[in-house]
Amino acid sequence: MNTRSAPSVEELITAALAGDRRALARLITIVENDGEQARAVLQRLYPHTGRAHIVGITGAPGTGKSTLVNAMAREYRQRGMTVGIIAIDPTSPFSGGALLGDRVRMKDLVGDPGVYIRSMATRGSLGGLARATDDVVLVLDAMGFDRILIETVGVGQAEVDIASSAHTVIVVEAPGLGDDIQAIKAGVLEIADIFVVNKADREGADRTFMALQTMLGLGPRTVRHHGRAMRVDMPEGTHEGWRPPIFKTVATRGEGVPELVDAVEQHRHFLEESGEMARRESERAAHLLDHILRDALMARLLERVPEGNFEATVERVAAREIDPYAAVEHLMHEAALEAE
Amino acid sequence: MYDKEQARKVHEEKERWEETTVQKALSRFPERYEKFTTISGKPVERLYTPDNVVDLDYFRDLGFPGEFPFTRGPYPTMYRGRLWTMRMFAGFGTAEETNERFKYLLAEGETGLSIAFDLPTLYGYDTDAPEAEGEFGKCGVAVSSLRDMEILLDGIPLDEITTSMTINSPAAVIWAMYIVTAEKRGIPRRVLGGTIQNDILKEYIAQKEYIFPPEPSMRLVVDTIEFAANEMPRWHPISISGYHIREAGSTAVQELAFTLADGFTYVEAALERGLDVDAFAPRLSFFFNVHNDFFEEIAKFRAARRIWARAMRDKYGAKNPRSWTLRFHAQTAGCTLTAQQPENNIVRVAIQALAAVLGGAQSLHTNSMDEALALPSEKAVRIALRTQQIIAHETEVTNTIDPLGGSFYVEALTNRMEEEANEYFRRIESLGGVIPAIEKGFFQQEIADAAFRYQLEVDAKRRIIVGVNEYVEEEPLEIPLLEMDPEGYDRQVRRLQELRRTRDNREVTRTLHEVREAARNGKNLMYPILDAVAAYATLGEIMGILREEFGEWEEPVWF
Amino acid sequence: MASSRKVRVLVAKPGLDGHDRGAKVVARALRDAGFEVIYTGIRQTPEAIAEAALQEDVDVVGLSILSGAHMALVPKIMRLLKEKGLNDVLVLVGGIIPDEDVPKLKALGVKGVFGPGTLTTDIIAFIRRELNLDTEEAPKAA
Ligand SMILES: Nc1nc2c(ncn2[C@@H]2O[C@H](COP(=O)(O)OP(=O)(O)OP(=O)(O)O)[C@@H](O)[C@H]2O)c(=O)[nH]1
Ligand SMILES: [Mg+2]
Repeated sequence: MNTRSAPSVEELITAALAGDRRALARLITIVENDGEQARAVLQRLYPHTGRAHIVGITGAPGTGKSTLVNAMAREYRQRGMTVGIIAIDPTSPFSGGALLGDRVRMKDLVGDPGVYIRSMATRGSLGGLARATDDVVLVLDAMGFDRILIETVGVGQAEVDIASSAHTVIVVEAPGLGDDIQAIKAGVLEIADIFVVNKADREGADRTFMALQTMLGLGPRTVRHHGRAMRVDMPEGTHEGWRPPIFKTVATRGEGVPELVDAVEQHRHFLEESGEMARRESERAAHLLDHILRDALMARLLERVPEGNFEATVERVAAREIDPYAAVEHLMHEAALEAE
Repeated sequence: MYDKEQARKVHEEKERWEETTVQKALSRFPERYEKFTTISGKPVERLYTPDNVVDLDYFRDLGFPGEFPFTRGPYPTMYRGRLWTMRMFAGFGTAEETNERFKYLLAEGETGLSIAFDLPTLYGYDTDAPEAEGEFGKCGVAVSSLRDMEILLDGIPLDEITTSMTINSPAAVIWAMYIVTAEKRGIPRRVLGGTIQNDILKEYIAQKEYIFPPEPSMRLVVDTIEFAANEMPRWHPISISGYHIREAGSTAVQELAFTLADGFTYVEAALERGLDVDAFAPRLSFFFNVHNDFFEEIAKFRAARRIWARAMRDKYGAKNPRSWTLRFHAQTAGCTLTAQQPENNIVRVAIQALAAVLGGAQSLHTNSMDEALALPSEKAVRIALRTQQIIAHETEVTNTIDPLGGSFYVEALTNRMEEEANEYFRRIESLGGVIPAIEKGFFQQEIADAAFRYQLEVDAKRRIIVGVNEYVEEEPLEIPLLEMDPEGYDRQVRRLQELRRTRDNREVTRTLHEVREAARNGKNLMYPILDAVAAYATLGEIMGILREEFGEWEEPVWF
Repeated sequence: MASSRKVRVLVAKPGLDGHDRGAKVVARALRDAGFEVIYTGIRQTPEAIAEAALQEDVDVVGLSILSGAHMALVPKIMRLLKEKGLNDVLVLVGGIIPDEDVPKLKALGVKGVFGPGTLTTDIIAFIRRELNLDTEEAPKAA
C-alpha cells in the first residue's frame, strides 16, 4: 500500500515479545487485516496466550464506558498490573470508514508504558465487537498484559458477542439517558457478571440503581454461569453461581472504581474456583474455532467457485428464481464441498 | 399589517404570475438552481409579497425604535443620534506591544478598546506554565498578573473610554486586574465602563475554552453579575455571545437560538441568586456574528431584539424597558475570510459590516483581510476600520432607522427566525435546559452537523466561494505580516519571575487562602479575587486554586 | 468480507486552542471517504499525539492548529514520531499557517499544509495520492 519498509512477521514477533510497542502495533494491524500473515502471527503467538484476564465493558452510548475503562486501567496500574485496552466503534455501512473516539476519554493513560490502547472499527460485524477482536485479544494476551479491557460499541442493541469473548462482563448503566434502564430492553441483562450505575453524581442515579435491583430480584431465579444466565429453581443462598453485584461509580473522578476492580478480581477467583473458568475457556475455544472455521470454509468455497458465480447466485436468490437453500446446495456442489 | 382581502388577492395573482409569466420564462431560461436557500440552508422563495407576512401586526411585532418589542431598534434615534462604537479587537505579544497598538487605534479614531488575550491567559495559565508552551502572545496579549495589566493600560484614559475584554473562564480575575489598575490611579470602580465577555455557556457549546464544569462556572458568572449590579453600574458583566457558535459552524438560527437560550439561563441563575431582574438585566449585552447572507443576518438581529424583549417582559417580569432591550456588538465572520486572494476579504467584510449596521448594531468590529493568514498587520487593521468609517459617513445608510423594515422578504425572514428559535427553545427545554443539553452534547452535535453540511455544499460547489472553489488563481501575494517582538517572551517570563520574588508573598498566601475559602463557602468570589490580584497573585495561581476546588471539565465528544 | 488494508488516520489538535470545527469536519469527511479515523480531542500534548499514532499504527497523522503555535508544536511532534520509529507516517497540518512557515514545516517532514478554505475533497485526494491508493486495490471510498 505505501512504501513502508516491511520487517518480516518473525522479526516483528520477536521484537514485540521483547517489548517493542511499534512492533506490537504492527502485529495488531496485520491481525486486524486478516489474511495469510494474520494466520502466521496467531499461530506463532498462541502458545504465549492464556494468562490475561479479559474484561468486557458494554452499555448504551454515552453511559461512560470509556471513562470507566480509563479509571479501571488506572486502578489496575496502581495495583501493579499492566493493561491492554481495545475500544470498539462502529464502521459506517455506507463508506466503510469509521470515527473512533474512545481515546478522548483515556488521556490519562497515554504516557504509561504499562498500558496499550487500540481503537478498532467493527468492519461489518454486528454483535458490538470488531471482526478481529478475539484475535487482537490473543495478541495482547501473548504480549503479557495482565488485564485486557474491551469496550464494546455503544449501540444499546443486543451486542452480546462480548459474552463469548470476555471472562467478566460489566454492563454499564447511567441515569438520565431517557429510559430508566437501557439494558433490560436490549437483553444485555443476561450477560452481565457485574452491573455498574455510572454517573452516580447525577440526579436519578438512585432511581436507576433501584430499578436495576428490582429487575434482578424479579423473575425466575437465575444463576449465572458466567455470562449465560440459566434458569434454575434453587433455594436462595445455595447458589453455586455468581450473583451479579451492582456498583455505583463516578468514573470521571474514579469513585467506586477500586470496589469495581475488586469485584472483577473476585469474579475471576470465582471462575477459577468453581471450575467455571475451564468451562468458559473451552467455550471461548469453541467460539474461536467456530469463527476461524467459518472463515476458512467460506474462503475455501469462494476459491473453488468459478469467478462471478457467487454474485450471480446472489442475484438469482434476490430475483426469487431460486431459494437460498437451493442456492447453498448449488454453491456447495460447485465447490465440491457437499457433506454427503 | 396587510388587509386580508388584499393579501388573498395578491396570493392568487402571484400564483397566476408563477403559472404564466414565470413558466414562460423558465421554459426558455431555467433558473440557476432548483432550490434556493439561505446560507443556513433555509428555503428562499422567488418573490416575497404581502401574503408572506399577512399575520404581521405592526404594533405587536414591529413597533417603534426604542419601544417594545424593539424589532426596529433599541434606541429612538439610532445612528441619527450617535453612530455605533467602532471597536477593533486587538492584542498580541507582550503588554508593551499591545499598549502601543491601543494608542495607535485611539489616535486613528477608534472609540473603544477591545482586548484580545493569548491562549494561556484565556485558559488561566501564566506565561511560564508548561501548558503554555508555544502559545505566548499568539492570539492576543499575555496578562499573567496585575503588573502586566498596568503596563497594558498605561497612559489610556480609563475614565473616558470603554473597554471590552474577551475573556471567559478567568473573566473574574482579569476584570479584577482592570479594576485594581484603575483604582490605583485614583479612578473609582463605579465610573468604569466596559464589558467582559464572561459567557461560559458558549464555551461548552462552541469555543471550548472552558476550565471548570458548568455548575461552578455558572456560579462564578453570577458572582460577577451580582458584583456589577452592586458596584459597577456602568459595566456589562457579560456579553452573551453567538459569535463563536457561528464560527464553529452553526446556522444563523442556531446562533440566534442558542445565544438567547444561554441568555435566559443566565437570567434564571441570577434570579435564583435572589437578584431583582431589573437590577441586572439592563447590563446584559450581546455579541453576534455577522455573516455573508445579507438579509438573513439582518433578520437575525431584528428577531433577536423581539424575542428578548418578549421573554424579558412577559416571562421574567422585568418592568424596566432597559431590561427588555437587547443591545449587541457585532463582528464580521472570521470563518468567511479566505487565505486565497486575501484582498477579497476587504469586500466581504464591507458587506457584512453593512448588514450589521442595517441590523442595528451598537458596536462593531471589522476583521482584517489577512486574518486567515496570520495576526493582522497594522495596515490591514486600518483598512478594516476605514471600512466602518466609509459606511458611517459616505453611504448615508445611517439617515433613517431600520430602512429594511417592511420589506416583505426581511419581515418574512424575521418571523421565520423567531419561530425556528422558539422551536429550538422547546427542544432545549425538553432536554432539561441548557446545561443538561450541553452535557448530552446536543448543541455540539447540532453545530457539527451544520458545519459538515455546509462543507459538503462547498466541496460540491453548490455554494461558490470566490477564489476557493471558483475563480481560483495562483497569485503570489505580498501581505505585510505582523512581526512580534522576538524578545517578548523572555521579557515577560523574567518579569513574572521577578514579580514572584519581590512581592509580599505572605500577603499572596493569605489572599489566595481567602479565595479558596470563598470557593468553598459560596461567598461572592469577586471580593477575595480583587484582594489577591491587588497582592500581585498571578492569574495562574488564582485559577489554580479554583481548579483544585472546582475540578476540570471534559466535554462529551460528538461529531 | 473484504480483507483489504484499511487506511487509518489520527486527527489531533495539539496546543491550547479549542476551535475544533475544522478537525471535526475533516474527521467526518475522511470517514465518509472510507478511512478509519481516530479522533483524540482537543488540547493534546505532542507526546500524547506521537504515542497515539504509534499505538494505533496509523498511516496518516492530521494536525489541526489555529493558534499560531505550529512552529513550537510541530517540530516537537515530528521529533517524537521519529524517536518512536514512525518515520513513514504521512503528516499533514491544517490551520492558519503563514506562507513563510510552509517551507519550514515541509523541511521537518510535513507532507501537506492546508489553510482555511481547503476543500475536504482536496485533502482526501492528497492522502490517496500520497499513499498510492488509486493505483492498487484501494479501500472502498465514497
Ligand atoms: N457526571 C458524570 N459524567 C460522566 C461520568 N462518566 C462519564 N461521564 C461523562 O459522560 C460522557 C460520555 O462518556 P464516555 O466515557 O465517552 O461514554 P461511552 O459510554 O464510552 O460513550 P460511547 O463510546 O460514545 O458509547 C462524557 O462527557 C463523560 O465525561 C460520571 O461518572 N459522572
Ligand atoms: Mg466510548
